[in-house]
Amino acid sequence: MLPTPNLDHLSSKDYEQIYEPSEDTFLLLDALESEITFIKNEINPCICLEIGSGSGCVSTFLGQLLGNNSTVLFCTDINPNATSITVETGRRNSIYLDSITTNLTSGLLPRLYHSVDILCCNPPYAVTPHEDIYSKNIIEKAWAGGINGREVIDMILPLANDLLSDNGTFYLLVISDNKPDEIREKMWKQYQFHSEVVISRLAGREKLIILKFRRNGRNIND
Amino acid sequence: MRLVTHNMLQCHVRGCNVNNYPLQLSEVEIEIQETEFNSQFLRSMIRKLEWSALINSAREIGITTLPEVLPDDFDEDFLRNIHRVLLETHIQQGKMTCPNCNHVYLVRDGIPNMLLNESET
Ligand SMILES: C[S@@+](CC[C@H](N)C(=O)[O-])C[C@H]1O[C@@H](n2cnc3c(N)ncnc32)[C@H](O)[C@@H]1O
Ligand SMILES: [Zn+2]
Repeated sequence: MLPTPNLDHLSSKDYEQIYEPSEDTFLLLDALESEITFIKNEINPCICLEIGSGSGCVSTFLGQLLGNNSTVLFCTDINPNATSITVETGRRNSIYLDSITTNLTSGLLPRLYHSVDILCCNPPYAVTPHEDIYSKNIIEKAWAGGINGREVIDMILPLANDLLSDNGTFYLLVISDNKPDEIREKMWKQYQFHSEVVISRLAGREKLIILKFRRNGRNIND
Repeated sequence: MRLVTHNMLQCHVRGCNVNNYPLQLSEVEIEIQETEFNSQFLRSMIRKLEWSALINSAREIGITTLPEVLPDDFDEDFLRNIHRVLLETHIQQGKMTCPNCNHVYLVRDGIPNMLLNESET
């Protein structure tokens, strides 16, 4: 078991500016760790991308799992505090993260079209009124997912189809309120993506789930 | 921002769809940060680059060591040079200007900012 990234450089002051790594973050770490043999042997990634990197904890961990400076790790966040802390978290753990301040992946497409081997995202998924996804409060924006917590997720799904390489894999954190079965069906119907549940965990009232998506023709159990 | 990132960035102002790549670099402040050399990764990464954009952008920041045409064969010297240009050269501050609409995106403290305000998206 690889230790989780060192976050000692972050204090409660920072967590007024960026999303504090929580149960969801750690579930995504556990999912990536459980997938690492598959990722190394079947995907052998060159380009990784995380949408909404927050503290940078997830991409740092992925970089540590992959080792040897063997991939480029692009990280985006809409919050400039998050993109700068992302770089710092990587640096403290000897991982270089290529951080970009942007909305989802704006500016990176079309160049990254069908080029991303590992896409991962812990999105704003909480069920909130629609308006909250436009909140000016950057912390609220980190978790507010609008109707069914799906509004930001539903913007990310088509991007996954644009971004993923033929052999690429997408890891997405959702909660049961997000209707994961409906998400999986939508990805199958619209883009012929296979999916499976990698891992799930109860956190208080919420069930956290990591979904894994691959293109059709790629057996999910490869 | 490393050139590997810059090579992936394109202007996304609404209606700006042609001749909007690569973003022109100017007023840059450069820093070299060494990192582990991995030839296998570099070999795959080179295939994903727009080579002509890379040599242009490298020239804009004063690097003239890249060959005009991507060689068929990557020898160790070539890969070491690419490693330095692509992965160890950091643009800490600078401007990136769209060659089509002249929109300026800034790089501050090593991070490119691709956010647009509402009227531009
Ligand atoms: C639930 S947090 C996850 C943060 C981190 N990846 C983690 O697991 O701890 C969601 C992140 O997405 C970012 N975010 C929200 N909307 C975004 C958007 N439209 N584009 C890019 N990032 C966004 C937030 O700023 C926040 O950092
Ligand atoms: Zn433009």
